Amino acid sequence: MVAMACMIAAVVAGAGCKKKAANPFPATNAVAGWEKAGDTRTFAAKDLWQYIDGEAEQYIKAGVVSTSTADYKFQGKIEATVDVYTMGGAAGARQILETGQTGDAKSLSLGDAGIAYAQSVSFRKGPYLVRVVAYDAAPGTQEALIALAHGVEAKL
Amino acid sequence: MKSRREFLKEAAASAVLLGAAEDLALAAASQAGKSKVVVARDASLHGAGTQPDEQRVLNLLDKAMAAYTGHDKPAAAWKSVIPPKVLAGGVIGLKVNGLGGRGISTHAVLILAVAERLQQVGVKPGNILVWDRGARDLAACGMTVNTDSSRMRCFGNDVAGYEDEPSSWGAAHVKLAKILTRECAMVINMPILKDHGMAGVTFAMKNMYGVVERPSDLHANRCNPGVADLNCIPVVRDKVRFTIGDAISSVYDGGPGFHPERLWYPNALVVGSDRVALDYTAWQMLDRQRAAVKMPSLEAVGHAPNYIATAADAAHRLGTCDPSRIHLVEA
Repeated sequence: MVAMACMIAAVVAGAGCKKKAANPFPATNAVAGWEKAGDTRTFAAKDLWQYIDGEAEQYIKAGVVSTSTADYKFQGKIEATVDVYTMGGAAGARQILETGQTGDAKSLSLGDAGIAYAQSVSFRKGPYLVRVVAYDAAPGTQEALIALAHGVEAKL
Repeated sequence: MKSRREFLKEAAASAVLLGAAEDLALAAASQAGKSKVVVARDASLHGAGTQPDEQRVLNLLDKAMAAYTGHDKPAAAWKSVIPPKVLAGGVIGLKVNGLGGRGISTHAVLILAVAERLQQVGVKPGNILVWDRGARDLAACGMTVNTDSSRMRCFGNDVAGYEDEPSSWGAAHVKLAKILTRECAMVINMPILKDHGMAGVTFAMKNMYGVVERPSDLHANRCNPGVADLNCIPVVRDKVRFTIGDAISSVYDGGPGFHPERLWYPNALVVGSDRVALDYTAWQMLDRQRAAVKMPSLEAVGHAPNYIATAADAAHRLGTCDPSRIHLVEA
């Protein structure tokens, strides 16, 4: 695992070049009510199993380059995790988003495409695939997650 | 300080003793040569809240142990599955699973219920060691790291480390956690039931991936024969002899991570000693849930957990996945 405090290195394989992406993780209160809880952790593709074990394979097949994750808390109550997968290109991000979709997903106008469930929001933007997941169901959770997801999207 | 060779020799010897003693209990738990698997349920386990109710979980554990052992009193039930030599002073590891993060990890309320019953049959708090890969996994289960042996201990492989020399069986060449090889006289396996994108199902046998330094080395070919081979390594095979599986909540698709949209509440514990029969039972539970939500079976999507049959084959002989040889008790 390569732990990084506030930056992710995005390798845009399709363009054959490297570029630094801005830190996509909103700081505490950058999105109203949301507090960033702890450091950002970043995993290279070869180490992704350390974070998501058996799920890593599908991301690797889709061309994941690196994954960054950070925990958040909303108004001290709702705990959530934001995962930002940097894929080799937009096709990989699309593949993952579409593979994981079920019929009860609500479409969102977020990034290039987005979906929401009661406790999770996912979207893609260019080579990025983002998942925001809450650990408990509570009134207002989906709205809070969508707000946080917009905060991430604005930084990508 | 004992050498690694001395540790492994002792570990193997204690594992043989443990195996001989526990075989008595296992024999009692089987019926007509069948492997007994108990699925104990409480539909009201979560009460009115989102978290399982502490007292109901303890009651469910007692019900499962009673159904498995035939002893109604918890103390008698526990004494029948913990060998006297271990009860007298051995360390009992509770191998939990926090890999999926806070939403889908072995529940602390269950871990604490098991620890409570162990203490009630005389196990010293410091001889109970709750354990997983690292502090983050343990935190996901709701546990806090503690290395003070005056209380129940809780720490991961990130604290205790791995053996320098690999252990091997078949295709598995792994460095084992020192908690398994050096600390524990016996391990109670406490996985959580989940779908697994590669293996198909992760439950009893797959939970042992948390006792090796690089589990990714065992992921080839959908973890087959990696899971079976790992469980055949003598110290794994012999020390990890009893499973209290957490099926309080589960993910039936998209696992092993937390996908709340695929979360389901079996409100169950799955208990037994035959790790293959346990995993076969877990597979059937997942497939029944997938059918209930009109999803194709694991086999239909190419995710059949083939390692289960491998674990039962003549080379591995870890247990049975033949339903006619499994005595399934719904309690």
